[in-house]
Amino acid sequence: MLRVEAIKKLGEFTLEASFTSEGRVTGLFGASGAGKTSLINMIAGLLRPDRGSIVIDGETLDDTTARIHVPAHRRRIGYVFQDARLFPHLDVRQNLDYGRRMNRLADDPAQRARVTDLLDIGGLLDRRPGQLSGGERQRVALGRALLSKPRLLLLDEPLGSLDEERKVEILPYLVRLRDEANVPMVYVSHDAAEMRQLATQIVMLRHGRVTSFGGVKVLSAGLPPA
Amino acid sequence: MSFPLLVRPIRLSIEAIDRRLEQAAGTLGAAPWRVFATITLPLALPGVLAGMVLGFAKAIGEFGATITFVSNIPGETQTISSAIYSLIQTPDGDTAALRLVLISIVIAMSALIASEWFARRATQRLHGN
Repeated sequence: MLRVEAIKKLGEFTLEASFTSEGRVTGLFGASGAGKTSLINMIAGLLRPDRGSIVIDGETLDDTTARIHVPAHRRRIGYVFQDARLFPHLDVRQNLDYGRRMNRLADDPAQRARVTDLLDIGGLLDRRPGQLSGGERQRVALGRALLSKPRLLLLDEPLGSLDEERKVEILPYLVRLRDEANVPMVYVSHDAAEMRQLATQIVMLRHGRVTSFGGVKVLSAGLPPA
Repeated sequence: MSFPLLVRPIRLSIEAIDRRLEQAAGTLGAAPWRVFATITLPLALPGVLAGMVLGFAKAIGEFGATITFVSNIPGETQTISSAIYSLIQTPDGDTAALRLVLISIVIAMSALIASEWFARRATQRLHGN
């Protein structure tokens, strides 16, 4: 369960979000500039709310009245960025292993095999990020986040930097991830079709505020104007 | 004396590193000092090498500070630059001085070539070859 009640002022823009989601995939939906990325940066711990609280499965990660702020590296929240952000000086294998090493988790070859199969990246292990296509990079980034064994996976428009063809290539992997990986996800997108395919609950954001919340049907209530 | 020459390029190269990679490392569970050790420092390696070579070059040519603080005692505190100075002051020391000059040129050139080679390798690694 994810509960967010947070206010953050960013220059002229004020993000004021409040929702509770039990869904397997919570979709954060809204036009660009609606505050989607700021919101998941707060969940990840990269951005600190001015006021409010963030609670995951009963554990408080942020609470400004109690002065609680768990830093990003202790949250066990995986994050897949729009631009993949693979480490250029490490090969794919080392990138995938990074989260396990940093969290001092025991080596888990079975889990690694499962994730590399799920994402079809077994053939890329010895390459460096510079030698991968955009779609491959995004798949490796997904694998890297999954292998750090997060309790929640944040995906910030993971298809945003890809062309239509690549999107079609990655989308099935995301569906498989949702159905097989057993990690709750928060999926950010401005694409209603993606949301329909992936999300189980939708949080609709507009100008930094939650305008509607519910099942996928809230999408058909019309796109929020920018 | 060569410290600023060492610090500048290292600092510049650390500042040039994409902060977003460090954030990504944080979300993967790396504490700040481990982010520095595993991401920042390896990515800054070419700049660190450049700084080391500059620092080394300046140190080899150092004269003022050596003479002022430890003077010019052969076999003890004499550096290549102060040895060249002494030899030029002595009659018939010209050939020996010339030899030392050539040696320092060779040392400086090798350091430069070595650092270029390391930096190129490091950069290649970053761009995936």
